[in-house]
Amino acid sequence: MNRERLMRLRGLLRKELLQVVRDPSSIAIAFVMPVILLLIFGYGVSLDAKRIPIALVVEQPNRDSASFTAGFFQSPYFVPLRFSNIQEADVAMRARLVEGIVWLRSDFSRRLLSNGNAPIGLIVDGVDANNARIVEGYLQQVWAAWIAKFSASRGLSLKTPVKAEVRVWFNPALNSTDFLVPGLIAVIMTLSGALLTAMVVAREWERGTMEALLVTPASIHEIILSKLVPYFVLGMGGMILSVAMAVWLFDVPLHGSLWLLMAASSVFLLCALGMGLLISTVSKNQFVAGQVALIVTFLPAFMLSGFVFDIRSMPAAIQLITYLVAARYFVTILQSVFLAGNVWSVVLPNILALTAMATIFLGLARWSARKSLE
Amino acid sequence: MWHRVFALVTKELLAVFKDVKSRIVLIVPPLLQLVVFGYAATYDLNHVPFAVYNEDPSQPSRELVARFEGAPAFQEIARIHNNAEIAPLINERKALMVLHIDRRFSRDLLRGIPGPIEIILDGRNSNTALLAAGYANTILSDFNSWWAARHGGVEPPARLDIRARFNENLESRWFIVPAIVALLTQVVALLVTALSVAREREAGTFDQLLVTPMRPIDILIGKSIPGLLIGVVEATFIITVGVLWFEVPLRGGFVALYLGLFLFLLSVIGVGLMVSSLSVTQQQALLGTFLFMVPSVILSGFATPIANMPLLVQYLTYLNPMRYFLIVVRGVFLEGSSSYSLTPQYWPMLLIGVATLAMAGWLFRRRLY
Repeated sequence: MNRERLMRLRGLLRKELLQVVRDPSSIAIAFVMPVILLLIFGYGVSLDAKRIPIALVVEQPNRDSASFTAGFFQSPYFVPLRFSNIQEADVAMRARLVEGIVWLRSDFSRRLLSNGNAPIGLIVDGVDANNARIVEGYLQQVWAAWIAKFSASRGLSLKTPVKAEVRVWFNPALNSTDFLVPGLIAVIMTLSGALLTAMVVAREWERGTMEALLVTPASIHEIILSKLVPYFVLGMGGMILSVAMAVWLFDVPLHGSLWLLMAASSVFLLCALGMGLLISTVSKNQFVAGQVALIVTFLPAFMLSGFVFDIRSMPAAIQLITYLVAARYFVTILQSVFLAGNVWSVVLPNILALTAMATIFLGLARWSARKSLE
Repeated sequence: MWHRVFALVTKELLAVFKDVKSRIVLIVPPLLQLVVFGYAATYDLNHVPFAVYNEDPSQPSRELVARFEGAPAFQEIARIHNNAEIAPLINERKALMVLHIDRRFSRDLLRGIPGPIEIILDGRNSNTALLAAGYANTILSDFNSWWAARHGGVEPPARLDIRARFNENLESRWFIVPAIVALLTQVVALLVTALSVAREREAGTFDQLLVTPMRPIDILIGKSIPGLLIGVVEATFIITVGVLWFEVPLRGGFVALYLGLFLFLLSVIGVGLMVSSLSVTQQQALLGTFLFMVPSVILSGFATPIANMPLLVQYLTYLNPMRYFLIVVRGVFLEGSSSYSLTPQYWPMLLIGVATLAMAGWLFRRRLY
């Protein structure tokens, strides 16, 4: 009996393998798609503003104003452009040529010298609120550096009552690539894992070959297993490629162990494949399967996984919804293992959650495959 | 000619809506996503969990801690009493920030030496860390001016007067919700059109369509209109929810917005039909849709600015219709842009639309299997 089973499984696996080898689309989904996506996104997705174009409006140029504006020319963050009046600068900002305006009014120097708390007007384009805040931060740095120098040169002892020393752990340079690339791997793997099974199995349902398989002596377990194994191998291959690219191409430090990363990835991949199987057995039609895969995998993994938008900033009700998104657990694991190391208290609960989700998805897929025969 | 096109449009709409599953797929997820993403996609911090490690129990340090506790951006989750407790809190993601006030804090402060404090941040999400540091600095500088006013410090000779234009309170929801119009409209319009030709190719009915008296241009129009109709309805709904529910100001006019929407849909439908007529099977069409959709969302300026991308990738974004439409929706919503000032965004979409539609029409006849 057991031998018979093994033989059946071997036969099924052989069939799936032949199918994978002969159909280039599954290889494209597993290998080509992750590489291309990671390449484009790894280079393209960044929250680090550099060389921000900024308008300088100095109504009455003199030594004081020049000493202030010099800071912008030295800063690596800004590309200053001079405008002769505020109206012109305003037009430039509306045309999105500059992201902010620094405005020194004609009384700047007079008020500065009479110790009148001279105002420096800063107007930032607030449409992209996050970017605007980053620009504001850089502007404040330029201002603070100048004010310290200016006061010292006048012999003013300017006191800052409290000065904070800010230390950022795990990513001291606050390099956004280091934080985004691990998350990207999760988004891409969600996509390729679910697509691998969703599309391929839905096609079998559509053509009726799935039913043909189900009436053979092979049990549902064996059929599901034979569908999982080849795509699991393919998916892990894609995963290893992605990690290699993250480390060698994008220089993301891998502080944790590679084995832990692989263990977590394999659980996550089972979860994604299970989700794909479930989608295809429920929809049984490539059109719907593809749409559902797109809607329930890519978009939630992009928006609700903590890959860019921090889950802790979301309203409580939305935070609850994120617990249903498998990518959420994987993003947390990846960010920790890459940047912080083997933090067991973070990794273990998340792996457990992924295991539970994988079990549920595979169980549901099995149940719905059986039910569809009745 | 028109009644033929009309008949094809009716048939296409029926093909999309007659099936319960595909009807549900088109209507329910976009609505759910609008609400969920509208709330989820935020860069604004609130309730950042932080811990206080105060080694200097004094009146000034308590005042400083109280300012952090009172800020809506922060939420105190623990008080710790020695150095060794910092690492576990941060490592285990229990606290995003630890505010460490040194033993000498109040002594130095009263002497006029800067009082030493340390802020430790979890940098795993570098953007959150950067924002939290910014909020903390704002609280500190408020504290500094309060302290200087009470203890006769020297006022700085110049001050910064910062104002934000268009989005005065820098709410990231105002930035994201208009963009969701573009995101979801694109998803729906692409899905409707990308499979329409491929499905018929697979079933063999496309050849039948080609031998009818319909010209390729009629087929092209007939296949485009359903996507256009569904896209406009969907977008109108999202815009309404954005204004009424999320209270994003709509400062510009409808002409500028809908002209942009029309051109955007035209280009997306063009891409969808092109992908569809290039593919032999539905599976290929779906794969093609994915391969267009995912980069077009991530490289559109939706979540991360295009200006931060390397130059080569920036050039690539010129091919992406969503890039232009995002500027249009955000411009009309927040800046009140006119259709005249948005012309530089309109014509590239028109160009992409015309080119891809022409390509699709050409492929209708050329690719006969």
